[in-house]
Amino acid sequence: MKNATRLFTMLFCTLIFAVPNLFAAYPDRPITYQIPFNPGGQSDVEARRQQPRLEKILGEKVIVQYKPGGGGSIGWAKMVKQRPNGYFMSGINIPHIILQPLARGNAGYKTEQLVPVALFQATPIGLAVMKDSQFKSLSDLVAYAKKHKGAVTCAGSGTWSGHHIAYLQFQKAAGVKLTYVPYKGASPSVAAFLGRHVAALWANSNDLFQHRDKIRVLAFGTEKPFPPMPAVPTFKDQGYNILASIDRGVGVPPKTPKNIIKTLEKAFLSISRNPQVKQQMLDAGFVPLEMDAAEATAYIRSKVVEWAPVVKEFKK
Amino acid sequence: MFDSIFIGLEQVFHLQNIIFLTLGVFMGIIFGALPGLTATMGLALLVPFTFTMAPATGLIMLAGIYVGAMYGDSIPAILINTPGTPAAIATTFDGFPLSQKGMAQHGLVAAAFSSSYGSLTANIVLALAAPPLALASLMFGPPEYFWLAIFGLTIISTISSGSIFKDLLAGTLGLMLSTIGMAPIGGDVRLTFGFTDLQGGIALIVALIGFFCLPEILNSVIGQRKRTYSAVSVKPSFKVIREVISELIRKPTLMLRSSAIGTIIGFAPGAGGNIASMVSYNEAARWDKNPEEFGKGTIKGVAASEAANSAMAPGSLIPLLTLGIPGSPPAAVILGALMLHGMRPGAEMFTTHADVTFSFIMGLLVAAFLVTFIGSFGSFFFARIINIPSRFLAPAILFMTVLGSYAIRNSMLDVWIMFVFGIIGYISSKLKFHPAPIVLGLILGPFAEEGLVQSMLAGGASGSVISYMVFRPISLILIFMCLLSALWPLFAAWRMKKRQGLVSQEDANA
Repeated sequence: MKNATRLFTMLFCTLIFAVPNLFAAYPDRPITYQIPFNPGGQSDVEARRQQPRLEKILGEKVIVQYKPGGGGSIGWAKMVKQRPNGYFMSGINIPHIILQPLARGNAGYKTEQLVPVALFQATPIGLAVMKDSQFKSLSDLVAYAKKHKGAVTCAGSGTWSGHHIAYLQFQKAAGVKLTYVPYKGASPSVAAFLGRHVAALWANSNDLFQHRDKIRVLAFGTEKPFPPMPAVPTFKDQGYNILASIDRGVGVPPKTPKNIIKTLEKAFLSISRNPQVKQQMLDAGFVPLEMDAAEATAYIRSKVVEWAPVVKEFKK
Repeated sequence: MFDSIFIGLEQVFHLQNIIFLTLGVFMGIIFGALPGLTATMGLALLVPFTFTMAPATGLIMLAGIYVGAMYGDSIPAILINTPGTPAAIATTFDGFPLSQKGMAQHGLVAAAFSSSYGSLTANIVLALAAPPLALASLMFGPPEYFWLAIFGLTIISTISSGSIFKDLLAGTLGLMLSTIGMAPIGGDVRLTFGFTDLQGGIALIVALIGFFCLPEILNSVIGQRKRTYSAVSVKPSFKVIREVISELIRKPTLMLRSSAIGTIIGFAPGAGGNIASMVSYNEAARWDKNPEEFGKGTIKGVAASEAANSAMAPGSLIPLLTLGIPGSPPAAVILGALMLHGMRPGAEMFTTHADVTFSFIMGLLVAAFLVTFIGSFGSFFFARIINIPSRFLAPAILFMTVLGSYAIRNSMLDVWIMFVFGIIGYISSKLKFHPAPIVLGLILGPFAEEGLVQSMLAGGASGSVISYMVFRPISLILIFMCLLSALWPLFAAWRMKKRQGLVSQEDANA
């Protein structure tokens, strides 16, 4: 009897003190939302748009923290070392989180260590020339490049980035050779293109949309036409099987409990479904997404399978 | 257009807007003055607050922050030899010697007045001639950036510590440090020694704090047990304000040249203000009648640096407002703010949204005046900081250096790097090395590398790399300037010799 009482007391104490988290509703304290880029970038703009709405839904403060460097890898390397308790989440960007581990060997994290919660924004990648260029269509450019090997220069942001991989895939699909000139970021590459230092530009939809008066977009790497510029054909329409975009979402450290992911997923998706948020994104040249955790995981896996051989082939 | 200017001014002088502008300038000065906090961060933090404001009000406040920060970074540069942002490196060259002589207030007032002057000149250019200048800015391609970086490196020959060999060595060290991390092109990870945090490279501000601030503390406070940070205590007075401003007004060439350099380097997208102040300082020393005064504490040096880095701010807005291409990181944040208010820089800023644009430009203009005002009166307060005894001030500065190094990227590794650089800086200052060439190499290394590799790629596609890199109008000008700048010390030495020769001849005749 005495032993039974003791056992019961012990059990009771264990329940109360050792595993209080089982009973406390998540979240019960501020959540850190890491942005692995500089303040003011597009990932930051999205986080700032979500921040007040997240605080309202989750009932706790959301603190945006910047950890820039290495094209995002430093922030993601930090995230995989965080405790998986739902109080640390980070913006994740595709293709960055797939291509960095593939191209660098040790990027500080592995793609599968970043557990996606939701993807909320796509930025289709397009190929553009200036309005007065001799290339009136993608087929003009392909025909010219076939005759003049490597003579067509195209700018893009970074190496082993979304733009670079789209360029590699396009070369292969069209059987041509272009010259890719990488720039440190999107705005220097746009500047070089507008200054006619290169003939063509790989760029994100928002940049192409912003400069639409001066340029001709030859194709977008989308399944369906890009809503703000529906007249531009897709690569697929023209016979090249290329889907290229920069997708933004949010992820948590490995081994984060399912129920926590569910709570965050619900919060992010309800913001994505907000018509006002959707309209703001479209106005700026982005495509709103509402991809949940399961869909995002499957999507990332399919991209790993698609890109691994491309990186392997071109990385000597 | 003059209608728009007046409408803009009217907007700025709305009671609510002028209050927000003043607030912005104050905030900007604080963000600029604390190493580790940058104008970019200040702007990014405030952008969400401007969502709910009218577009003009929000932009006027952002204008205040930007202009304030461009002045604020000179305060620690002058007082404790630590540039608040990389743009104020050249301000330390003469600012700190000034405060060592007990003339901190002179330096602070000169910085405030010349910041306003530079900002004002560049704003007038921005308001009158933005569209044609923006087109000129697009002429800067990879070869031009490469030559600009090389030109920047020739400045090493002017910031001399006496031995050109030591300076070149220090510059090379800086260039090598700049290769740490991800390659700007190719994306290879270099020299990280397995630290994933080093993939981001060496943060400039961490190097600045390490090489400029720590050695000074170690040297003067701990090494020589000085009781105060400067030998002579400062006695601020209104007389100083009047003297400094009237002296600077009587140097229109210096002021105009510095402002012009800042504006031009500012509008070349990406080059930013980090080198504007260096180039301007270099030219000021080159063309001055008494070049030997530079580096020993002259308000001319402070003025040259600050006028240029403040002129850079409106300069970097030229390609932003007319083409939608941000010329500096803070300009990128302002681009985001404009887009969120439904404006599209590059197309309609000077037509459909002219009223808002000119409110913004006039905001910058009025903020420039506020800087002189706040800076002059603030100098009474700021200058006294160095009268605080070392045993209180030195720990406070040390604390700030750690905080600043950590804050820039939320990284503890940066703090350790700062300490290592501080010790290297201390030892090398004992060996009579100047830290400036190291930092110059660190700033310009990536520009030179990027420009060279991009030129080789694009030049290779066009047929000949050499002709792609050399035979372009701006390239040719820059190459000529590189040669001129590199050979200048020889010319100066020859001129000196000739002058001395004349003097001794006269002596002989007498």
